Amino acid sequence: MTAFMDGNQAVALGALDAGCDFFAGYPITPATEILLHLSRVLPEVGGLVIQGEDEIASLGFCIGAAMSGRRAMTATSGPGISLYSENIGLAIMGEVPLVIVNVQRMGPATGAATTGAQGDTQFLRWSTSGGYPVIVLAPTTVKECYQLTLKAFQLAERFRVPVFLATDKETAQTKTSLELNRAADAAPERITAPPGELFYPLGMEELDQVPPMSPFGGPHILRFTTSSHDNEGYLTKDPEALDRLNRHLWEKIEQHKEEISLVETDLEDGAEHLILSYGISARSARAALKQARSAGTKVSLLTVHSLWPVPETAIRKALEGIRTVIVPELNLGQYTREIERLTNDNQQVIGVHRVDGGLISPDQILREGGLV
Amino acid sequence: MNSEPNSTLNPDTLPLPFCPGCGHGTILENLDQALIKLELKPEEAVIVTDIGCAGLSDKYFSTHAFHGLHGRSATYATGIKLARPELKVIVLVGDGGFGIGGHHFLNAARRNIGIKVLVFNNFNYGMTGGEHSVTTPPGALTSSTPKGNLEQPLDIVSSVGVNGANLAARTTVFEPDLSSMIARVLDYPGFCLVDIWEICTAYYGPQNRFNKTSLEETLQELNFGTGVLFKKDRQEFSRRYRESLVGEKDRREILQIQDLEPCCQSSLSEKKEVVIAGAAGAKIATAGSLFSQGAIYAGLQAAQRGNYPVTVKTGHSIAEVTLSPEEILSVEVEKPAVLIALFPEGFEKVQHLIARMDDQDLLILHEDLPEISTEAETWRLNYGKTGRWRRKDRYRALMAVGKYLQESSLYPLEALEEAVRLKPAYAEENLAALQASQKIEVLRR
Repeated sequence: MTAFMDGNQAVALGALDAGCDFFAGYPITPATEILLHLSRVLPEVGGLVIQGEDEIASLGFCIGAAMSGRRAMTATSGPGISLYSENIGLAIMGEVPLVIVNVQRMGPATGAATTGAQGDTQFLRWSTSGGYPVIVLAPTTVKECYQLTLKAFQLAERFRVPVFLATDKETAQTKTSLELNRAADAAPERITAPPGELFYPLGMEELDQVPPMSPFGGPHILRFTTSSHDNEGYLTKDPEALDRLNRHLWEKIEQHKEEISLVETDLEDGAEHLILSYGISARSARAALKQARSAGTKVSLLTVHSLWPVPETAIRKALEGIRTVIVPELNLGQYTREIERLTNDNQQVIGVHRVDGGLISPDQILREGGLV
Repeated sequence: MNSEPNSTLNPDTLPLPFCPGCGHGTILENLDQALIKLELKPEEAVIVTDIGCAGLSDKYFSTHAFHGLHGRSATYATGIKLARPELKVIVLVGDGGFGIGGHHFLNAARRNIGIKVLVFNNFNYGMTGGEHSVTTPPGALTSSTPKGNLEQPLDIVSSVGVNGANLAARTTVFEPDLSSMIARVLDYPGFCLVDIWEICTAYYGPQNRFNKTSLEETLQELNFGTGVLFKKDRQEFSRRYRESLVGEKDRREILQIQDLEPCCQSSLSEKKEVVIAGAAGAKIATAGSLFSQGAIYAGLQAAQRGNYPVTVKTGHSIAEVTLSPEEILSVEVEKPAVLIALFPEGFEKVQHLIARMDDQDLLILHEDLPEISTEAETWRLNYGKTGRWRRKDRYRALMAVGKYLQESSLYPLEALEEAVRLKPAYAEENLAALQASQKIEVLRR
């Protein structure tokens, strides 16, 4: 079907089709519409939507509900992620399946309310204490807002970790026409511990495996804790138990980078230039690619949809034979540092940046990237 | 301890870890007695603990357990109760946790969410070294008030009581029938809290020579009563939410997305940027949407970006519409091919765009706007002959768009009419406005 909607509506629709049945959030431009859309529809289908007294409460509600068997989502913008920080850590520690939408706006702090930006690229990865990994997806179009919301719910169940959807003011609030194929029965499977058997919160055999869940009120007694815990969910400082828990939280993501990796490539034989982008800036990257190619320049393009963990294998492959990598992003160079560590001495990384509230244009990419 | 066959205490994790003489153990034993009295099975209850010494408590029960972050226990408990109203959700929090998370407790009380809160109130932070808390009495010595506390203590019971708690009570660990009070709190519907005063034998007690007698004197001096001090009969929130809002509709049926199947064709062969500049409240975004949807009905791709201040009913409102036969990648308008300015607020904000326009572009201005020097072809719109529509600000933009389509070959007017019919509640008036737009006079220059 041909539809006309903005990214926030597409995220709400994606959540609905992914089986989301709990949403809590606090109003913040440019993310508020997700709360408003879901307030209208989720209760009608048996779900709950609640506006928290602040962002901290909103994420707390989501965590309580998720551990009681709900598929939970919240949505905010940068200042809200700041307030989520501590509970993001709790969700990592307790292995809570959660989808967190960050409709990015310019920072720091309240910034130029409300101006678009991609300033939270590193923040989302490192937003909480301890440095343990999360998953971050970044749509470039309204259509991808829908598709990647479905994907975020699937990854949240698969890895029991907070999965971020990093959109931005422009993608979220610009309506576009799109060909939409709504997924039927897109609710991902929740892996739950079978009734009648003993249940352990850390009941996995290998460190990279994800333990099955058992909700509050379910067939087992659940012990959930924000503190370092042993197999049975009791607080521990035993070195062996700490090592097992911490390595598990790391390995379950890091060992499965390839499974999470989501990129779109348009590689050209013999190209020495690679434009590598994500989110809203990737749209201009695609336009710049067209223009450069029609002018006879050989250029390759890599669009990263899974920002974290960094899809290193796909990036390394795209870097083969490349001399300059052009990285457009609406900040002063955040993802560039992830690319710099994957390049060799003969490869130059050129960041294309803009922080005056406007979008990076295809011309800016061509000009600053040395393609004209 | 734990001699009763139905005890909810977990024999595998006992004994309790608290300092000799600490009130925490007394509270937990009375909580166990209360759970036995109410015949609650471990699987029917979730004990949600906060941080601090009281935060260690969940380990010693065989119920479900959630040990969360400092001050946030009420939020997790609320999430659990919303998701599973049938569970008994019990929050164990100290005076420190109540201080940092006070806002959450006030709002939980206001909502009347059916969580049961036991405050382990010993007037200081026992785990980090005896610092003062929000409930420390005036003059008291703590490690962070070495010359005596200057601050007024928080009245926890009144705070939640005046803000809607269904039941709020105060008692002490010296109360001989503490378990009955706890059972009452657990059993009463809605948000219930009991503030239990006790003695920290590591810090607050020895530093202030604080014993049972001085505790009772402090209650008197502060004029803080004991017993059930607030009682209401409001419906519990998770039940109320379900009865009021929750339905059983099918996900596939609830949100019908309108399919804009093309009904006609456009002559457009390349990207065209159109800007509508107006004022807040004048339906500029609506006109932009209808114009975009009409273009989609005519087989085009469309993108619409808004530009408006943080205020709602004042200032400018600008709709930037990009149309193209191909996928639209850049949504930011750089040099509009058509700019329709209808109100002074928006006109002022698009001067930089007008300055970029050349003789290939079209500037459409409402007759009331001032003269402007431009290379663009200019149309002045005069609404004088549109009758009752002349002074209707809310239709000015849609009518201007209609007039532009009538005078140009961008796409057929019938496609815009089709877009207008998408919202039946407004269709009749909008179609009438489009009909009237034919009478707008265009002065070309």
